[in-house]
Amino acid sequence: MSQTIRLTTPLTDQDVSQLKAGDQVLLSGTIYTARDAAHKRIVEAIKQGQEPPFPIAGAAIYYVGPSPAPPGRVIGAAGPTTSYRMDAYAPFLIERGLKAMIGKGKRGHEVKEAMVRHKAVYLAAIGGAGALMAGAITEAEVIAYPELGPEAVRRLVVEEMPLFVVNDVHGADLYEQGREAYGR
Amino acid sequence: MSAPREVQVSAISDAVAGLCGQADIELPADVRRSFEQAMAAEESPVGKGVLARLLENADLAQDTRLPICQDCGLAVVFLDLGQDVHLIGGDLTEAVNEGVRRGYKDYYLRKSVCHPFSRANTGDNTPAVIHTRIVPGDKVHVWLVPKGGGSENMSKIFLLTPALGLEGVKKAVLDTVIAAGPNPCPPIILGVAVGGTFDDAAVRAKRSLLRELDSVNPDPEAAKLEEELLAAVNDLGIGPAGLGGRMTCLKVFVDIRPCHIASLPVAVNVQCHAARHKEAVL
Ligand code: SF4
Repeated sequence: MSQTIRLTTPLTDQDVSQLKAGDQVLLSGTIYTARDAAHKRIVEAIKQGQEPPFPIAGAAIYYVGPSPAPPGRVIGAAGPTTSYRMDAYAPFLIERGLKAMIGKGKRGHEVKEAMVRHKAVYLAAIGGAGALMAGAITEAEVIAYPELGPEAVRRLVVEEMPLFVVNDVHGADLYEQGREAYGR
Repeated sequence: MSAPREVQVSAISDAVAGLCGQADIELPADVRRSFEQAMAAEESPVGKGVLARLLENADLAQDTRLPICQDCGLAVVFLDLGQDVHLIGGDLTEAVNEGVRRGYKDYYLRKSVCHPFSRANTGDNTPAVIHTRIVPGDKVHVWLVPKGGGSENMSKIFLLTPALGLEGVKKAVLDTVIAAGPNPCPPIILGVAVGGTFDDAAVRAKRSLLRELDSVNPDPEAAKLEEELLAAVNDLGIGPAGLGGRMTCLKVFVDIRPCHIASLPVAVNVQCHAARHKEAVL
């Protein structure tokens, strides 16, 4: 049976290991945003022995490029972007302790393997629900690569951000299970 | 012969700027109705929940004036220019781009256009992609379709061997949707153009997305194919947000026209649930 689990970052092996594909997660705490351009730079920085813009171990990365914050708002619309574009970089970060990735859409084989091997999960936010997701974000601050505009790395504080577990540490995949259950 | 009607291109800029805000913030009424129908028909509890959240999202966008989706799209503009109109006061293409520039700034929309190699953002969401037709009459009809990357990336064009026929066309559409899976933010809408040429099929597939979701195709052959494809796509079980369910697709639009004796072009334009389209007549 799927259940709803509340989690707060930073995440531990234990936090993520209890999750099963199909569970709902309400995530709170600090998370970081990065899309493909930022991933490229983060991975290059680590390879060159530099500090990444945020600690990777225990982190949750949200694949998002928000729209500009109108006056009086913390952030603009902030739904997930399609995750496969980050597949080239994700295993490298998972090996270094990344615990959760938040996005939408399928992940590649190597990412799924890395999640099982190093205990990490892939969580889906509802794609296109940009205004709704913004409601879960209470703080937002650009912390690296401001020249990337919407693709800059941001530190977000989230409160009960509604997510679905797609890939768990046991190798299960909600996208596949969903199709099996409802396909004819 | 009557004198042509003069239209200032600045009026087109104003119209486009306004449409950017409307399109990205206000979910069209036909799409909302379709979400409600899909929610009633969806068998998966998770799928029902996703559709409920999408309706909630549309309400929130309306109230907060935040965009429906953070990907405010590349601005695709369709213009039907009456042949009795004389455009004055400047360059039409520049006027459309000026409207996009202003609209994306004034409504706090995300600028999502960049150089293909350097990936440097153009900073103002221009250039727009503009498709202009000359039509009878003295009006200018403008449609704005902000097209998101997630669904556009899942679109495909096939140049099939004529021997593959109708079955080949159906397979091309289903293969496109299977490969896309959860990526283009289902429930999706499909614009399918059959026939014509390579370039023409792609534009017609996109243009078909301007149709209202509850409209009936006047071409009975296309209408029948729309029904068959919708049923087949929804049997894939991908469901809302790709989390499993019966409501993968809200509507299939099919446009059929003659093609070369050697060809069978099929273009499949995938549209996400953020099916934004707004129009104005000048
Ligand atoms: S595919 Fe559509 S709904 Fe999904 S993120 Fe892109 S623009 Fe938004």
